[in-house]
Amino acid sequence: MDFFTSLMSTSVYEGLVYGFVAIGVYFTFRVLSFPDLTVDGSFPLGGAVAAVLIINGSDPWLATLAALAVGICAGLGTSLLNTKLRINALLAGILMMVALYSINLMIMGRSLIPLLREVTIFDQVAQVLGMRADINLSIIVTVVLSVIVLFVLNWFLHTEIGLALRATGDNEQMVRGLGVNTDMTTILGVSLSNGLVSLSGALVAQNQGFSDVGMGIGMIVMGLASVIIGEGIFRPRKITTILLAVVGGTFAYRLFVGIALRLGLPPTNLKLITAVLVIIALAIPYIQKKLRHEWVPPAVRM
Amino acid sequence: MKKNGLIKILISICLVLALATPFTIGCGPAAKYKIGISQLVTHPALDATRQGIIDGLAEKGYVEGDNLEIDYQNSELDMSLVATIAQKFVSDKVDAIVSIATPNSLAAIDATEGTDIPVIFSAITDPAGSGMVADWDNHPNENVTGVSDMIVVQDDVNLITQIVPNVKKIGTLYNAGEANSVFLTSKLNEACDALGIEVVEQTVSTSADVLAAAQALVGQVDAIWVGTDNTVVSGLEALIGICEDNQIPFFPSDEPSIERGGIAAYGFDYYDIGLQTGYMVARVLEADDGAVSIPVEKGEIISLSVNTAAAARMGVTIPQSLLDVAATTYEE
Repeated sequence: MDFFTSLMSTSVYEGLVYGFVAIGVYFTFRVLSFPDLTVDGSFPLGGAVAAVLIINGSDPWLATLAALAVGICAGLGTSLLNTKLRINALLAGILMMVALYSINLMIMGRSLIPLLREVTIFDQVAQVLGMRADINLSIIVTVVLSVIVLFVLNWFLHTEIGLALRATGDNEQMVRGLGVNTDMTTILGVSLSNGLVSLSGALVAQNQGFSDVGMGIGMIVMGLASVIIGEGIFRPRKITTILLAVVGGTFAYRLFVGIALRLGLPPTNLKLITAVLVIIALAIPYIQKKLRHEWVPPAVRM
Repeated sequence: MKKNGLIKILISICLVLALATPFTIGCGPAAKYKIGISQLVTHPALDATRQGIIDGLAEKGYVEGDNLEIDYQNSELDMSLVATIAQKFVSDKVDAIVSIATPNSLAAIDATEGTDIPVIFSAITDPAGSGMVADWDNHPNENVTGVSDMIVVQDDVNLITQIVPNVKKIGTLYNAGEANSVFLTSKLNEACDALGIEVVEQTVSTSADVLAAAQALVGQVDAIWVGTDNTVVSGLEALIGICEDNQIPFFPSDEPSIERGGIAAYGFDYYDIGLQTGYMVARVLEADDGAVSIPVEKGEIISLSVNTAAAARMGVTIPQSLLDVAATTYEE
């Protein structure tokens, strides 16, 4: 049973901490219909900023907040490229991601900053609670942070601005016709999303003991897979349950990764398995409908 | 509908877990020791190191399958897996973690904090600089030790003075973004100061800058030395071209670069580093306090490789005394 608890605790922690990435990806890909690839760059950006501030003596909580703020700036960059320079969304994200690789190197001054000897937010909480800084503590910290973030996000998405944001993704032209400045909603949404991703990067860097310029590679895949798996398993309808489902999807994804590791599957095959999982999750609704003869081709749909 | 789908997924997860259990709870007699080996990526040097570790342990009596169980995990440059793997080893309560390369060593040290699982790193150039140990020899609070592949720049400089007797200025190229290179360059300055040789430095950011940086050294230096800098070594051919065209003797710091056209270098065989690490792991397993009292070691077996044709192309000859002790001689 030790195997089970260790697998579960690692997956829960990873589900929560990478859940921010999944929420960010969900925001841009689903809510805004904005395919944002900046994620691969803004994740290590968060780690880089937090690490540099921490090794220069800053309070780790402030460093984490700074990472969030800088992530918002990264999202600002992408969305400005798209709204003001009319650069295609996908391209804008890629350009920002590429630029961020150099920026991250410049921020860190090297490709890797170790954080072993530094006091991180996890160390501080461990001290306050009188616990060891182990996986259970990591879970406690990330649970609290996730709850806060989810609450705030959920509230925000029910405000007028939040609703405008959601509508922008559904039908931009109609929303503009209603007088909403879709440029602003896009900028707001993409910035917020990348802020969350950078937050995740800062947390991960502090927990794993180092910040590395390459730690963002594959984040977009992880985020997308988590969103799709979450939607596939939980089939949420309301925005509140969607946010929870996305985090649940991240947990499920990391659980599969953990199982694959223990089964001895080489990590190179892991990406293939992820792709297959996502394909299955995407195809199941269609196949189900086909089997029940409920499939209606898009052209015929009202 | 929703609930049915959810239940189905849950059942399949349980099935997978049930199937997975026999693989991990161990089929067969319980091994005496369990070691986790964490490798960053599949790469000839790292693979050779790992093989050396396994063979070194076997030589000391810890044979895989016999009294030793090895859990080898490779993160293939996926940083999120690096932490997961470290966590897995800690949860599995292994007797020791052996980590090959810096990120996974850092992750392993972080994950084992507060536990009594020792971490032995391998093929790390500057363990103190990356914060893995406070000090090479004395680290009473850290259950961490390992083998470094740090080169002794002093020996390289001596090599240069033997092959280029009147050297007054040595040039070097490096990427200031690589911590190891910054460290090695400072060592170069130290070694040259002691001998009254001037050092001329040029920095690069990517391998594409190597050509221009090399060009900038022409007419300024009597010889060029390059450390184990990944960026410069990637663009080595450009540098070698400039050196050959301008008759500037070029000295790299690893054997593959000699094959590509450097004159001479003291290098490590990563398999030997692995062997040395394997012996160290055996000592850690036998010690009461794990890795705490074992000082970090430098790779011991250093061999000289030379390239006589490269020397000729750059206008120098390698003394017979060096040719006699060279472990590998390239002639083209």
